[in-house]
Amino acid sequence: MTQLSLVGVSKIFGSSKVVDRVSVTVEPGKVHVLLGENGAGKSTVIKMMSGIYQPDGGRIEIDGKEVRIPNVDAARRFGIAVIHQELNMVPELSIMENLFLGALPTKGGFVDRATMKRKAREALTLIGLNEDVSTPMGALGVARQQMVEIAKALMQDASILILDEPTAALTRKECEQLFSIMADLKAKGVGMVFISHHLDEIARVGDVVTVLRDGQYVGTVPASTPEAELVKLMVGRSIENQYPRVAGKPSKVMLKVDGLTRGDEINSVSFEVRAGEVVGLAGLVGAGRTEVIRAIFGADPYDSGNVTVDGKPVPKASIARTIVAGVGLVPEDRRDQGLILDASVAENLGLATMIPTSRMGFVDRNGQRKREKETASKLRIRMASIDQRTGALSGGNQQKAVFGKWSMAKVKVLLLDEPTRGVDVGARVEIYELINEVTAKGGAVLMASSDLPEVLGMSDRVLVMSNGHISGEMPANEATQEKVMALAVSHMQEAATPEINENKGEH
Amino acid sequence: MTAVQQAQPNEGYESGAISTADKVKKFVARNGALLGLVVLCIILSIATPAFLTGPNILNVGIQAATVAILAFGQTFVIVAAGIDLSVGSVAAVSSMMVAYTGASMGLPVWLTIIVGLLTGAGFGALSGLANAFLKLPSFIATLAMMSVARGLTLVISDGRPVSTSGMVNFFGSTALGIPVPIVMMVIMGVLAAVILNFTSAGRSMYAVGGNMEASRLSGINVHKTQVMVFVLSGIFAAVAGLVIAGRLHSAQPQAATGYEMDAIASVVIGGASLSGGKGKVSGTFIGAILLAVIRNGLNILNVSSFWQQVVIGLVIAFAVSFDTLRRKEDAH
Repeated sequence: MTQLSLVGVSKIFGSSKVVDRVSVTVEPGKVHVLLGENGAGKSTVIKMMSGIYQPDGGRIEIDGKEVRIPNVDAARRFGIAVIHQELNMVPELSIMENLFLGALPTKGGFVDRATMKRKAREALTLIGLNEDVSTPMGALGVARQQMVEIAKALMQDASILILDEPTAALTRKECEQLFSIMADLKAKGVGMVFISHHLDEIARVGDVVTVLRDGQYVGTVPASTPEAELVKLMVGRSIENQYPRVAGKPSKVMLKVDGLTRGDEINSVSFEVRAGEVVGLAGLVGAGRTEVIRAIFGADPYDSGNVTVDGKPVPKASIARTIVAGVGLVPEDRRDQGLILDASVAENLGLATMIPTSRMGFVDRNGQRKREKETASKLRIRMASIDQRTGALSGGNQQKAVFGKWSMAKVKVLLLDEPTRGVDVGARVEIYELINEVTAKGGAVLMASSDLPEVLGMSDRVLVMSNGHISGEMPANEATQEKVMALAVSHMQEAATPEINENKGEH
Repeated sequence: MTAVQQAQPNEGYESGAISTADKVKKFVARNGALLGLVVLCIILSIATPAFLTGPNILNVGIQAATVAILAFGQTFVIVAAGIDLSVGSVAAVSSMMVAYTGASMGLPVWLTIIVGLLTGAGFGALSGLANAFLKLPSFIATLAMMSVARGLTLVISDGRPVSTSGMVNFFGSTALGIPVPIVMMVIMGVLAAVILNFTSAGRSMYAVGGNMEASRLSGINVHKTQVMVFVLSGIFAAVAGLVIAGRLHSAQPQAATGYEMDAIASVVIGGASLSGGKGKVSGTFIGAILLAVIRNGLNILNVSSFWQQVVIGLVIAFAVSFDTLRRKEDAH
């Protein structure tokens, strides 16, 4: 089997050294974890392994011999395959066509469907996936699509498999499936590179961990290293308190939701959030957390019920009027729903206030600019300039820009949906500090999250949703993962397998 | 094997000092269409003495005017991530309505002009409503409208030109030594720039074009914006229709056929992105002038109009691929 080594490789873009003298050795039958925050250089390292980038320094060795990997094809010939975060599949084509994409077996110029079918079946058997090979790829869930990609790599005799955040979009059960496939592959001697933001997965699947920080090689440690130690290596300092919640004294009711109902998704949901309070909204995927938050914000309509903000009723399904009433939403997917990635940071910060502050249809350009600058510095958004493209910021700083939009709008109620998804450990704490600032100023926060430790750590009170109902409520100091999970599945007797999703991966 | 001793802070992509050469490169990349225009003018001035003369420059301006006005309207739509294929037909139907209501119905001229503008706005509104509420892709909605508007032009006119009266013909004339079409082009350009840069409606167009869902979730009325861009495009088309009728002293049923392509080309050469969120009136203006200069230059040099089409096509392809490459570089 193959052993792949990067020896002191560097990569330079323009004037910045993205990867600086990093060494990684992937042994056959071992899982090598690459750990680091966003921008630490993990992706660049992978791209050098797979022939997309050429190192500007150092060397690549396969089985001890120095090699050049000029392109992806060459990498494939060396037996190196990458399972990308964004899967390279054509959803309209069948599983077998995807497996043979670009290399369809032919006979006399025509596609040899019989051979294709047989080989595709063999490939799926190899990873224990039981699917009809003529099923369109798009009909499979993400987890299965990923398994097909792995099957494809193995079919091409890959002996080094690079898995770039494979668990980011998987439920816990699907993760377990993936891990068992990985264990099989290990037994067969396949060497793997594994990237994940979930520290708990490292000990579960990894053998060794190489930590990168700002493109620098920090060290290689056993996968059994305690999580706190890994975080310290990754961030460069120890994070004493992952959840720095500073609870205040809740005062008057800022958000009142009464009998909110829509079809089966939202079932007579009632609760209150007080000024100075963070209320966590926990529950399984599909329990209705996002639906409730979007209905309150006016992004989706609802059948019956009332939403009151600071004592005044808010009309349903009108985002503009909900914002005027003092409500802001940090949506679950900041790239698709929260930000205009191609627009400047300034433009994104001013997005919610541009129309309300305009006079006779004209934008208050100077005033907005001034407020945008103030907000960016108040929220400590790290950027080259306020006119920088928002898409060029890190995940954490992008999320701060979404917060900043609502900070500029001076909202009284902030609805958060997965506020730290795809945000680094270090930046996460900064987001939590922003939440503290909101409540310290008398704001009310409703926070939905699949990240249970986050809900327990940052909320003052926890609401649990199950199948569209509020199935329970408890103060945060009494909440435990077990109690919350028991409530989360309480309305699910009739539903299919309860699947606990703890995704906090990025997009 | 360079081993830089010092690690670069990995914040933002504009770290490090920018050399003068880089600055020049950047300027060239960002102003490609403008530089192309300047170079072309220099070449033409050297190639033929007939190019750089007062009358010829005014001639280029007049040639550019109608396409530029259509293209300014088109800029709103493209910034908001749409496309309007109907502008040529809408220009024709608007000018026909002006001529018809004047000639056959005997309305006063000022009223016929208002009728023309409302016609443009109305057709635009229909496209916009179909796009925003029936969720018809703008390409399809305006492709349909292109045919409907052209057809109605032929129905109203019975396929024959209808002559226009003096006040309409003013839009095609020369006043105080300056051709009115050029004046109209400048007025409409300034108007478009003011709308796009200074009004909340204009900024909303950029936001909606950049990310529709994020705009909606920030309280921007996406539907209203979508309808508005087509209404504006329709009104600009009607103004272009007035200029065309004014120059010909009549409304022609086949007027402005194919102009939508020149309008779209102008916007795109000007640096707008068909995926929305980007575009400038100044760029569109340069695009329209560039097309007019190429046509004019080739005419002076006696290049056949058949070959002119080939050249124009190549220029569009070149300008846009240049721009795409630049964007790729920028995104790095």
